Amino acid sequence: MTMNREFLINSILAIALIAVPLIALGMDEPFIITLATKVAIFAMAGVGLNLVLGYGGLVSFGHAAFFGIGGYAAGILASHALNYEPIMESPFLIEGTTQMIVIWIVALIVSALVALVIGAITLRTSGVYFIMITLAFAQMIYYFAISWPAYGGEDGLSIYVRNGFPGINTLDPISFFALCAVMLAIAMVFSAVLIRSRFGLALQGARQNPQRMTAVGIAPFRIRLVAFVISAMITALAGALYADLNRFVSPTMLSWHMSGEIMVFVILGGVGRLFGPLAGAALYIILEHLLGGVWEFWQLPLGVLLLLVVLFARGGLVGVLAGERKHV
Amino acid sequence: MFSLFLEQLLNGLQSGVMLFLMASGLTLVFGVMGLINLAHGSLYMIGAFACAAVAAWTGSFWLGLVTSLMAAAIAGALVEMLIIRRLYNRDHLDQVLATFALILIFSEGTRWIFGSFPLFLSVPDFLTGTVILPGGSQYPLFRLAIIVAGLAVAVGLFLLIGKTRLGIRIRAGEADRGMIAALGVDIDRLYTIVFALGAALAGLAGAFVGTTQSVQVGMGEPVLILAFVVIVIGGIGSIKGALVGSLLVGFTDTMGRFLLPHAFATFLDPSSATAIGSALASMLIYIVMALVLFLRPSGLFGATS
Repeated sequence: MTMNREFLINSILAIALIAVPLIALGMDEPFIITLATKVAIFAMAGVGLNLVLGYGGLVSFGHAAFFGIGGYAAGILASHALNYEPIMESPFLIEGTTQMIVIWIVALIVSALVALVIGAITLRTSGVYFIMITLAFAQMIYYFAISWPAYGGEDGLSIYVRNGFPGINTLDPISFFALCAVMLAIAMVFSAVLIRSRFGLALQGARQNPQRMTAVGIAPFRIRLVAFVISAMITALAGALYADLNRFVSPTMLSWHMSGEIMVFVILGGVGRLFGPLAGAALYIILEHLLGGVWEFWQLPLGVLLLLVVLFARGGLVGVLAGERKHV
Repeated sequence: MFSLFLEQLLNGLQSGVMLFLMASGLTLVFGVMGLINLAHGSLYMIGAFACAAVAAWTGSFWLGLVTSLMAAAIAGALVEMLIIRRLYNRDHLDQVLATFALILIFSEGTRWIFGSFPLFLSVPDFLTGTVILPGGSQYPLFRLAIIVAGLAVAVGLFLLIGKTRLGIRIRAGEADRGMIAALGVDIDRLYTIVFALGAALAGLAGAFVGTTQSVQVGMGEPVLILAFVVIVIGGIGSIKGALVGSLLVGFTDTMGRFLLPHAFATFLDPSSATAIGSALASMLIYIVMALVLFLRPSGLFGATS
């Protein structure tokens, strides 16, 4: 019964995400399409984090690092392409690009490598150490981006023309929204399949009882490391899309507020639920838009709401609506 | 060169001592209550704003300093009794989120009350001069005073923890909460006191640092993250670790920013030496942290898990 209710809520969320921008298109409100695109991208970043946070039980407070790495992949490659400056000439030539597909591949590879290093160090620890150390590594990358002058430093980097995708006019808001929504759907389907696979079961087992996992011959460390890397890659892909949405990337994407926000999307929607990040991101953007329109200091009521959710509405939006508490 | 080096060394000491005031509160709260408190930086900000506002209103820095201690302690006690208390039995995720929400509330609330423009704190007259360091350069007297005051507070804290009845209770609370509650110690009150004590130390640090930098919303956040690095290096829950970690981080950060660009300048052209040197310097403390963790996953003075 409750399972059906969660399914119903999920369907409504999915339909709303597609219907709202289409209605906005009909009413000629491109700003609302942009908001919906933002929801899709933030939800995708949350889907990445949810993998380790919700299913793996690993509270990573440093996912802005990967979000920002994706963003900078888009910004740096595009700036090299637009200035006709190769990134590297020797030993072999590497040129910039304005093709999203190439940018995404670069974002995936770089974020996977960084996550491998950060994960290999942080996953040796647990609990509150893990939270603080993931935060510290993200800050390290943040300060590096600020003090490294080549790509704008503190001022960030503009992407003068949104990067391209074969067969799509990415400059058209609704087309770019469709692209982001499809990427989100792929990330969610991939995440759902992964969670039901042997790997996903092992990951959840490692959260529930690491000793028992070890006893049956599965090392939690390696499972967690792989999950951490996959999670980082999904978030980085979202970051690349976000940079293209704003046509701008700056160290703000790497800041710990961003890490906190991605975490808020997941918690506000419902930890360890497939549609949790989408519900959370949508609620966050709606609140930002509504409250921000009324009061300059909208983060004050947002903080109060968040506090109330943590203290009284455990399970987040989807949890409250579906009337069912989930593990975690 | 020598006097410049000495000056940077003193700056490193100052930053280390201020970090200790922040980190000791964080590590106490974690050690005794098992709580990770992101809003510790907000208490630092409250201290700085209280000091700046009262100093501007009354003209007395000392009144401001006393107010900063009291404001941060009262804010800490209130937050503990209203919100934090509900989080002790929750997992770390809930604690992170609730205290993140508190940061939003405190930062936005402060911006609402004081506006977005930074406030400035001026130093009391008799501390405005400079002292001549060995080697001939001048160093602001007030910065020396901050170092001395910070060290005095640190000694006081060690005496409080080591020699007083309250200190015995705090240490007992770290060792076994259930047992001291069973022995008749009012555990709720002890928790409130520990939280308020940590808050007061953070507020004091905020007031001190506010005199050397501007007082603005968000000023607590970089310090908070440095304090996290400190207690990760020192071992969570250990005051001694917080002291060693603070000094290590303070010196590494300051000296790295000072020396690395010079070091790279020996074999690179000046502009790229500055760029690479300062970029690397900004990452240095995190590299130190990673090294410490690699060798001792629970920090220098942490209980081995």
